[in-house]
Amino acid sequence: MSCHPFRLTVLALFAVLITAVPALAETPAWRVGMTPAFLHDQHVVLDDWRAYLERRLGRKIEFVQRDSYLETMDLIRLGKLDFAWICDYPYVHLGNHVRLLAVPVNQGKPLYRSYLIVSARDPHTQSLVQLRGKVFAYSDPYSNTGYLVPRYQLHQVGEEPERFFSRTFFTWSHRKAIEAVASGVAQGAAVDSFVWDTLAKIKPELTARTRIVSRSPEYGFPPFVAHHSVPEGDFKAMQGALLRMEQDPEGILLLQRLNLDGFTPGDPAVYNVITEMMNALGER
Amino acid sequence: MRSLFDLSFSVKIPLWGSLLILVTAGLVGLSLMFRAYDDLRQDVLISADSLGRTLSNTLFPAMLHDDVWRAFEIINAPFHGATPENPVQASALILLDNQEQVYVSTLPETYPTLADFRRFGPHYAELAERLKEVKGETTQSFEIEGSDRIFVAAPIADGEKRLGTLLILYSRTVSIPRFLATAQRAGGIALLILAVLLPINWYWGRRMAVPLVQLSSSMGEIRSGILDTPALETYDYRDELGQLFTAFSQMVEELRENERMKNEMMQSQRLAAVGRLAAGIAHEVNNPLGGMLTAVDTLKQRPDIDPRVMKTVGLLERGLMQIGDTVRVLLVEASAQSRPLTPNDIEDVHTLLQPQARKKLLHLEWLNGLAGETALPATDVRQILINLLLNAIQATHEGGRIDCGISLVERELILSITNDGSPLSDELMTHLFEPFATTKSTGHGLGLWVSYQIARQLGGGITAENLPDAVCFTVRLPMGRQA
Repeated sequence: MSCHPFRLTVLALFAVLITAVPALAETPAWRVGMTPAFLHDQHVVLDDWRAYLERRLGRKIEFVQRDSYLETMDLIRLGKLDFAWICDYPYVHLGNHVRLLAVPVNQGKPLYRSYLIVSARDPHTQSLVQLRGKVFAYSDPYSNTGYLVPRYQLHQVGEEPERFFSRTFFTWSHRKAIEAVASGVAQGAAVDSFVWDTLAKIKPELTARTRIVSRSPEYGFPPFVAHHSVPEGDFKAMQGALLRMEQDPEGILLLQRLNLDGFTPGDPAVYNVITEMMNALGER
Repeated sequence: MRSLFDLSFSVKIPLWGSLLILVTAGLVGLSLMFRAYDDLRQDVLISADSLGRTLSNTLFPAMLHDDVWRAFEIINAPFHGATPENPVQASALILLDNQEQVYVSTLPETYPTLADFRRFGPHYAELAERLKEVKGETTQSFEIEGSDRIFVAAPIADGEKRLGTLLILYSRTVSIPRFLATAQRAGGIALLILAVLLPINWYWGRRMAVPLVQLSSSMGEIRSGILDTPALETYDYRDELGQLFTAFSQMVEELRENERMKNEMMQSQRLAAVGRLAAGIAHEVNNPLGGMLTAVDTLKQRPDIDPRVMKTVGLLERGLMQIGDTVRVLLVEASAQSRPLTPNDIEDVHTLLQPQARKKLLHLEWLNGLAGETALPATDVRQILINLLLNAIQATHEGGRIDCGISLVERELILSITNDGSPLSDELMTHLFEPFATTKSTGHGLGLWVSYQIARQLGGGITAENLPDAVCFTVRLPMGRQA
């Protein structure tokens, strides 16, 4: 999207107005849930992003970080979060509790995959089925790419996911699942392609110790959602702030640091495939 | 080896001292190093104990919830930012479940999850047996023979509920560099101490040995004649060595005194023999001499004597008279029947000799300490005194000085005549009291001999000695013991 000169002027004026608004402190903060759907432990980036959004929206914003999806999902169900960036699987799980707010654009598309990774010192494994009897790391029981996808794949080839591996454990984030494989605690893991690719940029020495065995089909990217009780005006404001990030230099810089191209309003239908997989595994 | 013990003390004492210092330094160094090694081991065990206790508390809930990753993060935490050289740094942590299977470890490649711990090798099988001893919540350390590791086991338990065991592995070899560094430091300090101690020891050893060596060489020299033995350098301390020096000096002094007495004895015996011989000959000559003189006298009385014969007779008589004179002198006899000595007798001698002294412009210092009659023959004492004073006057240079002292000390009459003439030579000293021993152009050298003979007959003696710038003759005559 190219930047129109008139639009830029308006934006700049808007920005000056926002910073001048004294009511910022008095209005209640919007609580935004952050999950391990992305590298949520990049604390400095998160601080800068929060400050950016506060300036854009004229609202106080609070990022609420939880390590497991379930905790964030519980907070949403309890109405304690206004917005959240969650995985696609919890999004489907939460159903009517949330509305799709925006979907991040990764490598030009609002889509991502599941990578099956093994240790770089394991040159033999070529597919998931070769990991029979091994120790396998899942990221989160509510992760699509880190839990649902590998189990679904095993199910597809007629294996029983619960007994296929000798041992499985949860690392509660994709990054730690990668670390588990890199250190050798687990012989295999399924991870978020976005997290792996981002880490390959910012911490290549870690991803270099793992090897991608296979890439899954594409799924809808972990979306930003709004609690169903969020007023339409706030919904639009937040959505607009996210969608317009790619239009100003500061926003572009932040998107670069988040390894994203931008945000798009998204289409809930993209996530229907999750429901199919859940049904297949009898998880619903 | 024997030749080592035959070495001089001046080498042996410093050498043995150095050897002792080296051995001591070595032993102290070794014990310190052993101590350092022991300390290091203790450090490891203490660190392991606290690590084990800390981790086991947090590992219990992780294992209880079957959270492998959390357990891994917990046991892996001590390795964050750790330096590999740290000797108290564990080389690995292994979490075992109750079936001795690896739950998770910090070296998953070596000790993978679910692996049977006993399969890692014979040491581990033995260790697995011994791990069953670990009870309650106490940590325990194990050293398996043949293994280069120290194992510390901490049970993962809460009260009676036991979930597994945390095993902390320490490498023994990791501590070697630190141990070597300690050893190197200790070695450096030891060398520094040696650099200070060895020279001190060498100096002290030599200081002690040198007097001993000196003593020994002095003893060796005694054999070549006691009187030539040089005096020892003084050793000023009152230790055993000092006492040895004192004793040695006393011994040398006594030996010298002995030697001197022996020489004096020999001389006096010789003088006595000479005296007896001279007296014997004089006696034997004197008897026929009296007859011959009487015969010559009778011959002279004859009126019909030829003047030429008369001349010959006169010649004979004068010769016989001279022989008689000489023989009489040799025939020294203390005049036992003489009256006792009085202070006036001494003063008479003074008066008698003053003209002669004045002639040579001598200063004659006279000290008569006699108070009354003395039980000694006046004639003999006067003769001795005159003889000695005449000798002194002759020996003194013009304008010189003579001291004459007469005193009574402990029932002994002491005559002391000192002149400031030239000292007597050793040669002259040896034969001083023999007849016909003289340095003078005039006189026959019988004066001292006669004096000596008289003094001996009176039970006393005469000695001569060279004083600084003077020669002193001393006569000692015991009283009440007439010959």
